[in-house]
Amino acid sequence: MYRYDEFDARFVRERVAQFRDQVARRLDGSLTEDEFKPLRLKNGVYLQLHAYMLRIAIPYGTLSARQLRQLALIGEKYDRGYGHFTTRTNMQFNWPRLRDVPEILDLLADVEMHCIQTSGNCIRNVTADHFAGVAADEVEDPRPTAELIRQWSSLHPEFDYLPRKFKIAVTGSPQDRAVTKAHDIGLRILRNAKGEIGYEVMVGGGLGRTPMIAKTIRAFLPKAELLAYLEAVLRVYNLEGRRDNKYKARVKILVHEIGAEKFTQLVEDEYARLDGPSIVADPQEVARIAAYFAPPAYEKLPLRSTGFDAAKTQNRAFATWASVNLFPHKLTGYAAATISLKNIGEAPGDVTSAQMRVLADLAEKYSFDELRITHAQNVVLPHVKQDDLFAVWQALVAADLASANAGLITDIIACPGLDYCSLATARSIPIAQALAQRFADQERQIEIGELNIKISGCINACAHHHVGHIGILGLEKSGKESYQITLGGDATLNAAIGERLGPGLDAEDVPDTIERIVEVYLQHRKAGEPFIDAVRRLGLEPFKAVVQETLHAPA
Amino acid sequence: MTAAKRPPLPVILLANDLLDGEVVFWTGRVWSDRPQEALIARDEAGAALLEAAAAEALAQNKVVDAYLVDVALDGEGRAVPRHYREKIKTEGPSVRRDLGKQAGQSNLVPTGH
Ligand code: SF4
Repeated sequence: MYRYDEFDARFVRERVAQFRDQVARRLDGSLTEDEFKPLRLKNGVYLQLHAYMLRIAIPYGTLSARQLRQLALIGEKYDRGYGHFTTRTNMQFNWPRLRDVPEILDLLADVEMHCIQTSGNCIRNVTADHFAGVAADEVEDPRPTAELIRQWSSLHPEFDYLPRKFKIAVTGSPQDRAVTKAHDIGLRILRNAKGEIGYEVMVGGGLGRTPMIAKTIRAFLPKAELLAYLEAVLRVYNLEGRRDNKYKARVKILVHEIGAEKFTQLVEDEYARLDGPSIVADPQEVARIAAYFAPPAYEKLPLRSTGFDAAKTQNRAFATWASVNLFPHKLTGYAAATISLKNIGEAPGDVTSAQMRVLADLAEKYSFDELRITHAQNVVLPHVKQDDLFAVWQALVAADLASANAGLITDIIACPGLDYCSLATARSIPIAQALAQRFADQERQIEIGELNIKISGCINACAHHHVGHIGILGLEKSGKESYQITLGGDATLNAAIGERLGPGLDAEDVPDTIERIVEVYLQHRKAGEPFIDAVRRLGLEPFKAVVQETLHAPA
Repeated sequence: MTAAKRPPLPVILLANDLLDGEVVFWTGRVWSDRPQEALIARDEAGAALLEAAAAEALAQNKVVDAYLVDVALDGEGRAVPRHYREKIKTEGPSVRRDLGKQAGQSNLVPTGH
C-alpha cells in the first residue's frame, strides 16, 4: 500500500489545523455560514437531515487493517457505532458533531487518511477496480495510476474551483469493474500493437439528472503522458464548462453540447500547446509510487487446496458462500473473497465498529493486511489462501458477515436516501430491505443469477440506478414517495443507461413489480442466459406490461 | 432563510444546531431538541414571529438551515410535520428506530446556561 511521505503527512496535518481554526472562526461568528459552508465541504463535512455527516476518502478503495480499526474507533467514539460505505468507496459517518470534527481529522491523519476533496467542485477521490492486482486479465494494476492522479490532483491550484465536481476512475482490465464509463474521466489501461502500456481516455460520463456514457477521446495515450493529457482535459473543461447553471456544469454536458469530436479537438489543441515535460510525472516518482503496490510475498501454492475442497464437501453453507463470493486470483492457491455488506433486511453498505475490527483482523491474518472497498458497497479480502478460506468464513459467520449474495439480486446498491440525506426525495434503504426480504431464498437467488438492482433516493443518482440492470429512483409525487423503475442499464464496458418502464409506483408495489419482472425473465431466458442479456434480446415490452399490471391491479 | 413562500398554517420552526448538528425546535424562548416543545404558530402573526426568531438565531450563529414546517396536530395537540421528509427529520431514520430522537438520543452537548 501507498505510505505517506513527509510532504503528504505535513500537508494533511496542516489541513487539519487549518480546519480547526475555521471551525473556531465559525463558532465565534467571524465566518458566516455562507463563508464556512464551502470550507467545511472541502473537508468532507456535510449537513444532513439529522446531523452533520463526515465523508472520509478511501483512495481507490484500499485500506489497511490499522486504518479500518481507526475508522472503527471513530465510529464508536464520535458516532453511533457504525459507518456507511458509499458507491465511491468512501466511508460516511452519519452522526458526528461539528465540534468533534477536528479531533476526528487528527485521528484520521494518524493513519494517513483524510476527508480532503470528498466534496466541492474539485477532483474527487479517485476510484479503481476493487480486484486491482488480483484479476488474471489485468494488463496492469490501476492503483499506481490512481495514486499518481491523487497526488497530482490534491490541491491542484488550477483545478481547485472547477465548474462542478470531477470524478475519475481507473481500470486495469478489459472487464470494467470500476464503472469507468459513468465518470467524468474513465481510464482503461491497455497495451497497443507494439506491446506498450497506455490508456484509453474516456470523457463525459456521468449519471444524475442527465445520464451520459463517456466517449473515448483518445484510444491510446502513452503511459508517461498521462498527467499532461489530463491537465489538457481539465483545462478545457475549466475554461469551457458552464458556470451559469449548476445542472449543466458537468463535463458531460460540455462534451454533449459541443460534441465529442470538437471536445477532442480542443483537448488535443491544448495538449499541443502546453509544456508536457514540465507536467508529466518524474519517472523516478512513478517508480517510487509503483513500488508501494508491488505484489505481496505470495507463497507458491498448488492449483487446488485439498483442505478447501474437503471443507466445501463437508459444509454446504460454506460451499455456497465459496461458489458465490469468491473471485479467482491470478495466483494459484489464492482467492479474493467478497464480504457482503448486504445482509437481508439491513442497510446496504452499513458496517458496525465491531465488524470493522473483525474485518481488520482477518485482513491482517489472512490477506497481507489489505482490504478493498467496492463501489457495490462491499468489502474484499484480496489475497486469501484457499487453505484459509474456511477459517475466514467461520469468522465471518460469527460476525454476521457471511451473506452468500455477491452479485446476486439481494446484493443491492442503495444510497442513504431520505433516512439520512437532506437532498433526497424519497427513502431508498427500506426499498432495498423489502426487496432483499422478498428474494431472500438462497437457492432462488442463485437460480436467478447475476442481477444488479440499484436504488437512488433522488435524481443525483449516487446509487448509479441508471446503470443498474434494474434501477429504482425514488421521487416525490403529490406529497408521497414514488418509485420509477428502469431496466437494461449496464455498468460494465458495455455501459448502457436503463430505460423507464412506466410511471412511478408506490413503495408497497415495488417488490411485486420486481418479482414479476424477474418472472418474465425466468420464463423467457435461454439456458445460461443472464438477466441483462435476456433484457437486451427481449426488449422492454414484456417488462413494461408487468408495470402496467401493477398499476391497474385492484387495490 | 425567511423564504419568500410561507407554508400553510399551523407551522413550527426547526433548524440544525450549528455546533452539534442536532435538529432543534424554537420554543418561543430557546432552541430545544425535543419536537414536543416546539412553539406552534396558528396564525400569520405567529408565523411571522417564528420567522423573526429564525433570522435572529441565524445571525447569532446558533443554528443553521432554519425554516418553517407545516404541521398537523395529533390527538394530544402535538405538532407532527405533514410532509414525510420533515417527519423523518423530527424522528430519526425510519430504518433505525434505535437511533435519533425516536430513541431518545440527542447530539446536543448541554451548554450549561
Ligand atoms: S442519490 Fe440523492 S438521496 Fe441518494 S445519497 Fe445521493 S443525493 Fe442523497
